Amino acid sequence: MSNHSQAHPAHLQHHFVDSDQQFDAAKMGMWVFIVNEILFFGGLFCAYIVFRAWYPDLFTQAATELNTVWGAVNTLVLIGSSLTVAMAIRSAQKNQIKGLQINLLITIALACVFLLIKYFEYSHKLHIGIWPGAELYTYEGIDHPLAHVFFSIYYVMTGIHAIHIIVGIGLMIWIYIRAKKNEFGSEYYTPVEMVGLYWHLVDVIWIFLFPLLYLIE
Amino acid sequence: MATAEVSNKKTLKVQRFKPSDNPSNTYLTDEKGVWAWMTTVDHKKIGIMYLVAVAIFFAVGGALALLLRTELMTPAKTFIEADTYNQLFTLHGAIMVFFVLVPSIPAALGNFIMPMQLGAKDVAFPKLNLASFYIYVAGAIFTFIALAQHGLDTGWTFYTPYSTESSSSVIWVTMGVFILGFSSILTGTNFITTIHKMRAPGITWGKLPLNVWALYATSIIQVLATPVLAITVLLLTMERWLGFGIFDPALGGDPVLFQHFFWFYSHPAVYIMIVPGFGIISEVISTFSKKTVFGYWAIALSSLAIAFIGFLVWGHHMFTSGQSAVATTVFSFLTFLVGIPTGIKIFNWIATLYKGSIKMDTPMIYVFIFLFLFSIGGFTGIMLGALSVDIHLHDTYYVVAHFHYVMMGGTLIALLAGLHFWWPKMTGKLYNEKLAKIASVFIFVGFNVTFLPQFVMGAQGMPRRYYNYVDQFTAFHQTSTIGSYLLGVGFLIILYYLMHSLFKGAKSPANPWGSRGLEWQATSPPDFHNFDHTPVVIHGPYDYHQPMEEFQLGLAVDTNGHDSETAKEVVDKEREQWKNYSLG
Ligand code: HEM
Ligand SMILES: [Cu+2]
Repeated sequence: MSNHSQAHPAHLQHHFVDSDQQFDAAKMGMWVFIVNEILFFGGLFCAYIVFRAWYPDLFTQAATELNTVWGAVNTLVLIGSSLTVAMAIRSAQKNQIKGLQINLLITIALACVFLLIKYFEYSHKLHIGIWPGAELYTYEGIDHPLAHVFFSIYYVMTGIHAIHIIVGIGLMIWIYIRAKKNEFGSEYYTPVEMVGLYWHLVDVIWIFLFPLLYLIE
Repeated sequence: MATAEVSNKKTLKVQRFKPSDNPSNTYLTDEKGVWAWMTTVDHKKIGIMYLVAVAIFFAVGGALALLLRTELMTPAKTFIEADTYNQLFTLHGAIMVFFVLVPSIPAALGNFIMPMQLGAKDVAFPKLNLASFYIYVAGAIFTFIALAQHGLDTGWTFYTPYSTESSSSVIWVTMGVFILGFSSILTGTNFITTIHKMRAPGITWGKLPLNVWALYATSIIQVLATPVLAITVLLLTMERWLGFGIFDPALGGDPVLFQHFFWFYSHPAVYIMIVPGFGIISEVISTFSKKTVFGYWAIALSSLAIAFIGFLVWGHHMFTSGQSAVATTVFSFLTFLVGIPTGIKIFNWIATLYKGSIKMDTPMIYVFIFLFLFSIGGFTGIMLGALSVDIHLHDTYYVVAHFHYVMMGGTLIALLAGLHFWWPKMTGKLYNEKLAKIASVFIFVGFNVTFLPQFVMGAQGMPRRYYNYVDQFTAFHQTSTIGSYLLGVGFLIILYYLMHSLFKGAKSPANPWGSRGLEWQATSPPDFHNFDHTPVVIHGPYDYHQPMEEFQLGLAVDTNGHDSETAKEVVDKEREQWKNYSLG
């Protein structure tokens, strides 16, 4: 654009008046997106509530198949990663680029730990015949005709959550690469903050999933 | 500090920018070529791309409808098989709802016009805007794959258990709808943010054009409802693929639960379709009455009321599905409530006409058609919301007629009003007014000939989605089919004169209707950045009693509307100043 004679920050997109407007818009958009996500999972929670109300003993019986210890470990892992992502944002705000990078790396590592544990949980279940859906489900250890329904709900909720984790890892790698290129600092850290918000959301959803699925008595 | 402020104030200048009638640079001349179009993040070009896509889908859906109506010429088989018939009505419904009406006004016209009405250079997230278009295309591809395979015969509502048993390609379409949902969500998210954050100096919430209010309400519904549709079709896909046992009764699921999920989205979705239409009607009716809109706040807030109440009435689609008596009664009552904000709008529009200087140009003709047809559609909706009546009318042609009166008589007619209204702005060309009027007669007459008889035969017991019918309904069906041909002719005429206008039409001035709307203070077609200054707004968008000059103001800074420190200061100052102005 030839008529861009005045100097302005490199991150500022041309359709915004200034950096503040750009930041405000990004933040608002992110919150609206979070509302979207909540309704998306809301549908699943709704299915969960309905079936739990109809078949309470299905849920108490089937939940014993889930490994509470590993679920709890994963909860701690995610809470830890929420802390580190918050520290990453703080580092960016304070212009500590090294700290930003380190915190991002720790967050990514924790997210991978979460996925790893989830992988072991899943593969154990699949191994003993607990598959999603009536067609593949062969496990006989739960004495309830609708046992497959509980695990359908379990797989779809934790599965979609796991997809969110994977997306989050991708986003953080992207942020990390940009941070390495020195694109962020106290002047401009919008993407860091947005990814952080997203990560908190993923974390909060797990904090609901864990007790609802693992801790049924 | 104080001195600095004083000196700042001296540099504040607002000057008049009269839009040129002969712009040398426009968004059409600035980025040329197929590749530039396909990768553009310009909201105007994206709006046009959506418009073209929607028009193509409308042509496909319309052709399917004509085939359906032709088959119904005779009580028994006319020329297609029963299975084919099932596929045709399903595709007709799914295409018209998901690919035409939902994106039509917001993503096509809204994308083009809304940022201009805000005096913004673009929507808040231009790249997401382009992404939403390609997501829409991806959803369309999935649907076409289904077509190429075994089609779809479940009806657009995908009710279980049939949708889990049917041998047609349900999964391709549900995945297509799933993908499509994201396009809708992105548009909604983008618009909400744009309306909150991108308004030009002086545009307070009380000076927001009603079109923007309507799009705002629509976006809220889109954001709140569409994710639920996404999860619903995802669960349905899983149900069919793996036998999840959530919706399929044979596996322990509940089909009524599916209906709840589906209508929790799809009733609000009917407002996603109609509320943007309300916005267009407000704009056109005021422009062609040369008069302030009567009851600005009533119209603005009733959109939000509709958005809110619209979330509480989904159960009226399930009166006969075995819902509890209490739920049915409550849903029936809530359904009546929706009529109130809708009625408020109609009365305010009528009051706007009162003592206006009405000019019956084509957009205005469509407004009158809208008022007539949509009122019939709304009233029959209230009838259907009455429990005892609905038991009789549910799943008959009466329902078919009802929703065509609101969806086609409402949304589509409003879309035509908007298209004719903003066509000169979008293309810079005028169209043939006489042909346009002739076409509108075809549309109005054809529409009523098609759908009025359906009320009668529905009330007499003709069920919907039937391939054959008893002889007693022959006359109604044949009238309806003839009407549909008239409609087809009407749309062909429109296609003809719009294409003619595009290639050979006379040049349009910047503001052919003498509108006070901000979008008309740009050139026709607009500049690549919409305005080459930062517009400043001091009057409401319908203040026809104020002189035109005062609607053409902009910041007098020679930064060409681009950002810079001085511009930022000036804009902030302006913002402050006009904030106080509107309060005081
Ligand atoms: C005053 C407002 C309205 C009321 C009270 C109302 C009420 C109803 C009721 C009670 C039904 C269910 C009939 C049955 O299946 O037995 C229905 C069906 C329907 N309505 Fe409306 N409606 C209104 C406005 C609209 C609008 C604005 C649209 C779309 C733009 C719309 C689209 C539909 C559709 C598509 C169906 C049929 C769905 C299907 O079963 O395939 N309605 N309406
Ligand atoms: Cu409804």
